[in-house]
Amino acid sequence: MLNIGKTGFDEIRRHGEETYPHECCGVLLGQLEGDVRRVSSVARCGNTRTDSPQNRYHIDPRELVRIQREGRERGEDIVGFYHSHPDHPAQWSQTDLAEAHWIGCSYVITSVEQGKASITNSFALSGSDESDKQLVGEKIELV
Amino acid sequence: MTKIHIPTPLRQYAGKLPTVEVKAGTVAEALSSLVSKHPDLRRHLYTDDGKLRSFVNVYLNDEDVRYLQKEATTVTDGDTISIVPSIAGGR
Repeated sequence: MLNIGKTGFDEIRRHGEETYPHECCGVLLGQLEGDVRRVSSVARCGNTRTDSPQNRYHIDPRELVRIQREGRERGEDIVGFYHSHPDHPAQWSQTDLAEAHWIGCSYVITSVEQGKASITNSFALSGSDESDKQLVGEKIELV
Repeated sequence: MTKIHIPTPLRQYAGKLPTVEVKAGTVAEALSSLVSKHPDLRRHLYTDDGKLRSFVNVYLNDEDVRYLQKEATTVTDGDTISIVPSIAGGR
């Protein structure tokens, strides 16, 4: 389950509207508590896939290193990531799964239709390694 | 000593530790020491033929070691190594 405050949830969705018609992306920080990913802050990232931003995203690892360091200073861990699907359902694609490597973390996808955020879904990356990983739909608990 | 930051998904294979300290002269030695201490990490970091998995980024302080001397990059006391799996995707 993803546990997130309304402010953070709205921030994820607003980011997708601002970058439309391109995909947005970012990091969710907080605490992993068993099967609950509790989000306490959201960090926007740049999309380095300037060659195909309307349907691809990639976060520069340098940005992740910085975000991780700043999160550590606040006592936060990386618990997930978010991105948007412009004019496309909020469902993971084969590309999303192939490029997902943070097992145990949440992958949040927002559909942005004609510039407006519609549905936001969250998927937990489960499995033991690359050979059996799966993105499994999970509940979003808004607090 | 060199501190290695373990990403969230791999901590379960490193005794649930967020960081591991090792004594090493290069990045290769540091990672080798890490998987010696925590053997379950090996298959998550390396392919069967002993190469770092393509989606595993290794940073020495704020530099990607691919743009330094890769795993031969020298490390000194106080340096930090971050293991950062890639984040990407798209519809």
